[in-house]
Amino acid sequence: MLVLPVAFYLIFCYKPMAGVVIAFQKYNLFKGIFGSKWVGLDNFKFVIEKMRDFPIALYNTLLLNMMGLIAGFPVPIILAIMLNEIRSTKAKRLSQTLLYLPHFLSWVIIGGMVLQIFAPTTGVINQLLLSWGVIDKNIPFLTDGIHWQITYTLVGVWQSMGWGTILYLSAITGINMELFEAAKIDGANKLQQVWHVTLPGIRGTIVVLLILNVGQMMNIGFDRPYIMGNPLVQDYCDVLSTFVYRAGITNAKFERATAIGLFQSVVGLIMISLANLAAKRMGEQGIW
Amino acid sequence: MTTQTAHVAKEKHVHIWTWQQVVLVLIIFIFVLSCVLPFLNVIAISFSSNSAILRGAVSFWPSEFSTAAYSLIFSDKSMIRSLVYTIEITVIYTAISMVLTILMAYPLTKKRLHGIKFFNFLAVFTMYFSGGTIPIYLNIKDLGLMNTAWSLILPAALSTYNMIIMKSFFATLPDELEEAAIIDGANDFQVLLRVYLPLSLASIATITLFYAVSKWNSFQDAKYYITSRDLQPLQLKLYNIIKGSQAVDVASVEGAGSQSLSSSVSESIESATIIFATLPILIVYPFVQRYFVAGVTIGAVKG
Repeated sequence: MLVLPVAFYLIFCYKPMAGVVIAFQKYNLFKGIFGSKWVGLDNFKFVIEKMRDFPIALYNTLLLNMMGLIAGFPVPIILAIMLNEIRSTKAKRLSQTLLYLPHFLSWVIIGGMVLQIFAPTTGVINQLLLSWGVIDKNIPFLTDGIHWQITYTLVGVWQSMGWGTILYLSAITGINMELFEAAKIDGANKLQQVWHVTLPGIRGTIVVLLILNVGQMMNIGFDRPYIMGNPLVQDYCDVLSTFVYRAGITNAKFERATAIGLFQSVVGLIMISLANLAAKRMGEQGIW
Repeated sequence: MTTQTAHVAKEKHVHIWTWQQVVLVLIIFIFVLSCVLPFLNVIAISFSSNSAILRGAVSFWPSEFSTAAYSLIFSDKSMIRSLVYTIEITVIYTAISMVLTILMAYPLTKKRLHGIKFFNFLAVFTMYFSGGTIPIYLNIKDLGLMNTAWSLILPAALSTYNMIIMKSFFATLPDELEEAAIIDGANDFQVLLRVYLPLSLASIATITLFYAVSKWNSFQDAKYYITSRDLQPLQLKLYNIIKGSQAVDVASVEGAGSQSLSSSVSESIESATIIFATLPILIVYPFVQRYFVAGVTIGAVKG
């Protein structure tokens, strides 16, 4: 039974893992891995010393991930707690359904909508703010560096809030109802119940998601920055994934791009292990 | 019904719309609006005339109603072909993925499997470490899959995350089922096919949905592996349309000043294309979303 899936893992996951050795070679596409010359750490040195875009991409990756974590992590927790308090089942179900709709859409579609809605002149947000007199000139949501980064972050929060809310809601439903009853009898008001019962009750879920997020700090998807980015904000939207694509696939500097990828994978693995260790020290379950 | 329960029910009904409830619902409503309004805006633009878009008269309702953009899309044969092609790829991918996922997940729930720890590690390790973009790209090249539909189907055919969800479902079914079937003379494949799969239809539906949505939405693989125009899936095609019109937008910011007519023509076409590519998802969404919730929840418990 295992033959097919194991073959899949070997061919499409482990074979590329062996392929990382070209990070230590002067890779020649025609000679392949076995014919190319070994150069030790030269590729890493070149990337760090000579490639101007590398530190920028690294910094942007960490910055955008950090911004996303700070702005986006609490939102689903708050939404889930609020949704849980809503007593009308219809209102609850309808809002849930609509909240995680964005999660079903591709980044191309979301990116296309973002480009239209935040467009400098014809975008609906600038138009409305102008006509209401809130602003007197267009906000450069997508054409100025800092504005772009904030827009990028908020779109990310928007896209993922519904999905996170499902997770926390199911964690909240898992809390023993008697705890709430007991708190009520002890005279706790709604806020105190949330603080002393709900939040401790979903602590495990919060910690696991936090570990996963911190462990993913070095990883950034390709679709979102690539689609939302534009040449005007190049130094603000360039991240490791888009940089690797440009260096490796567009410019065919395979060994250097592989070196960056390897650096990213190794640091990522270390980070997730550390985050997991920290969680276990704090007495939580962790992810392995 | 006793008087006590009647009393409780009545009390519940009285308390359902307290002012706290109204405030809560209003706050949630703002978040919900943020998920709905963008669609309305894009739909409105797609049905509006160019001059109205240029004047900035379109917000959430079409102005000077026009279906020109849609008739253009539907008359574009390459657009329809791309839609059909994307559906084909999604169906084949999902079928292959399900077979691989089930064949991996099921044995991993059997303690008698030799080397179960090894196989488990083989799968889970790939969640935390990968060869990286370029070695994966070169691998596709080596295998001769560049510019074939297979490059969109095979490389991501098995998602370890989905496999773990499937596995945790199989693990909830009692072992006695298998023992009984084996006594009746069934082999492993027959047990899986005749006993386990019929009991797992709900979770199979969930995982199928996960795979289908991820393939329908995937963009990166097409961007990397497909250069031939005829093999572009819908997302890549949409991307090219969007980027084409954005170039005009950016140029108008950079100095050219007023917007040219061509940019607003592409604005309504762009919106119509976005809606065109979203429609299939929006149509199936109401029917499948409860499976989605179930899947996310299982994944979280296991997570």
